[in-house]
Amino acid sequence: MQTTDYTKNKDLKTESFGCGNLACPGCGETIAMRGVLNALDGDAVIVIPACCGSIIDGLFPFSKARVPVLHTPFATAASTAAGVLHGLRRRGNKHTTVVAWAGDGGTYDIGLQALSSTVERNEDFLYICYDNEAYMNTGIQRSSSTPLLAWTTTTPEGDLKKAPKKNIIDIMSAHRIPYSAAATVAYPDDLVAKVRRAKSTPGSKFVNILAPCPTGWKSKPSLSVKISRLAVRSNVYPLYEVFDGERLVLRDNPDPVPVGKYMELQGRFHGLSEQEVELVQRHVDHAWEQLRKRADEII
Amino acid sequence: MRALITGNEAVSTAVRLARVELIAAYPITPQTSISEKLSQYCSEGTLDADFVKVESEHSAMATVIGAASTGVRTFTATSSQGLALMHELLHWSSGARLPIVMANVNRALGAPWNIWGDQSDSLAQRDTGWLQFYCESCQEVLDTTLMAFAVAERVNTPVMVMLDGFILSHTAEPVQIPEPDAVDSLLGGGPSPPALVDPENPRTLHAVTSPDHFMEFKHHQFQAAAGAEKVSVEVAEEFGKIFGRNYPGTEEFMCGDAETILVASGTAAGTVRHVVRKYREQGKKVGMMRVRMFRPYPFDEVRRIVSGAKRVAVLERAISPGSEGTMAQELRSAAYSAGGGPQVYDFVAGLGGRDIVPEDIERMLELVENGADKLQRVNWLGLKE
Repeated sequence: MQTTDYTKNKDLKTESFGCGNLACPGCGETIAMRGVLNALDGDAVIVIPACCGSIIDGLFPFSKARVPVLHTPFATAASTAAGVLHGLRRRGNKHTTVVAWAGDGGTYDIGLQALSSTVERNEDFLYICYDNEAYMNTGIQRSSSTPLLAWTTTTPEGDLKKAPKKNIIDIMSAHRIPYSAAATVAYPDDLVAKVRRAKSTPGSKFVNILAPCPTGWKSKPSLSVKISRLAVRSNVYPLYEVFDGERLVLRDNPDPVPVGKYMELQGRFHGLSEQEVELVQRHVDHAWEQLRKRADEII
Repeated sequence: MRALITGNEAVSTAVRLARVELIAAYPITPQTSISEKLSQYCSEGTLDADFVKVESEHSAMATVIGAASTGVRTFTATSSQGLALMHELLHWSSGARLPIVMANVNRALGAPWNIWGDQSDSLAQRDTGWLQFYCESCQEVLDTTLMAFAVAERVNTPVMVMLDGFILSHTAEPVQIPEPDAVDSLLGGGPSPPALVDPENPRTLHAVTSPDHFMEFKHHQFQAAAGAEKVSVEVAEEFGKIFGRNYPGTEEFMCGDAETILVASGTAAGTVRHVVRKYREQGKKVGMMRVRMFRPYPFDEVRRIVSGAKRVAVLERAISPGSEGTMAQELRSAAYSAGGGPQVYDFVAGLGGRDIVPEDIERMLELVENGADKLQRVNWLGLKE
């Protein structure tokens, strides 16, 4: 893997998302934000609903962003972005990418209705979900993106999450939008390529970016990239794209590592029995096989 | 040009004449025909606007917030449950200081389900930072909607225009349709809101604001809303000069020497005016004050009007359970703020679209003038139990 694209912009003074933000050490959100904004060459408006991102950028009167940022209530990332899009286009701006930038709570849960409606109308915008698999900004509560048997403060020991993670790419591609994709911060070239593809595709685009959260995952901040790489290598989080809701392109993973290798680095999975890890493995294997069967192209 | 149009058509016509650029709306009775007509205008090209057909009122307001942030003129319309669903974003849009205009077709809130008119939906939103105007006729609906854009854009504060569900929204009256050029002269001929979201001049908007700064934001917002009273009067005067129709913030009808003043808003004022006229013919010193501008509340104006009266009876089409009618609370606050003031009585009527008939008004007058000792803090008119 090359990372030239991702780090193309070495001048911190012209980075779209500057340094000095308020993220926790090892936060996947900021890595994702930097990659996305660089992929868009800084020509973006970012609409941020309630999420870690609404803190990370800075408290008034400070902001790390060098692109317009519009903070908006929790459920409204997509619908506010649609308004910005129409407004910009009416004012003659035909080039700026309007980006809704939401966490998994604002995407999989409270913002899903507005997101569904906005992509059903095929509004020409890019929705990014930086997915840290729980409500991290409020202190680690389960969302419908939280994986099976993960600990959170609302799925405590003895009552770990019983439902598997919701498949948001399936939901988005069921809307037959032009482009939806799964990416993660461990594969920056892949991430940048997907965002560039999204930018050049008219209509609604959705990219889910797995963004590790050391605070909520109970993992070492220095391991965020490694953990997200293991998510892909264990098939917990396959990298794929769906075009027009039909053509599925899957990045192959010929030599997968056991899910235990991914889970053992995260305190949220500590204390699981062998049988429970085996249960997760079966879920992951099944989902991977289904995905391979559905894939039109495996790269 | 004079045309026979409904209250809802008056709203749509005003939005077309105001050259609104973006509309986002969701169907709800009795608002729906506003959206339908605007869809038609956009479709046939008589209005050059983007109509975003959202999946909820919550998203409707979010979408106009996004668009208004880029500096385009925006509009939405709703009623009742839809307005309640928007509640979170009403606060957000006024805090964001966006000059959005919305028509709210007044309708009761459930449970139980009811699609007919009362004012409990919009009065419940009084603290959201939106300016509120209540209309009595279709002409007033059209004119107030036009003025709403001027007021909103001069004070960077959103404005809600109210019309009673069905009684006004679906009743056709002869309405003078303004000439587009005349409307342009009032509204500056084009969009004027600031482009807060601008890729050429990046800003971060509405970031988390600590206790060190938050109060100053709210103080600015408060001052703008308070200052909107003067601006609304100025806009109404400009409007009067252009169109020859005059709209005071608060209407006085035979209040000068009145011993009893009846207070009403919306279409019920027409019935009250009829009864006042009848009593005046009998030599009784009765008057009516109609609340048109409810936010900002014109405290000084209201106090001036009612201070000479012995008693004031407020006719409410809404109720705050556990308290009293909203209009009475505001009026007491204005009437007593300088000490003294008339006795204020509160009457609730016409909830959920029940007719308010002249006999109700006569009964109210009879009670306050001759049976005040029987009155309670809140008095229900026309109850069947």
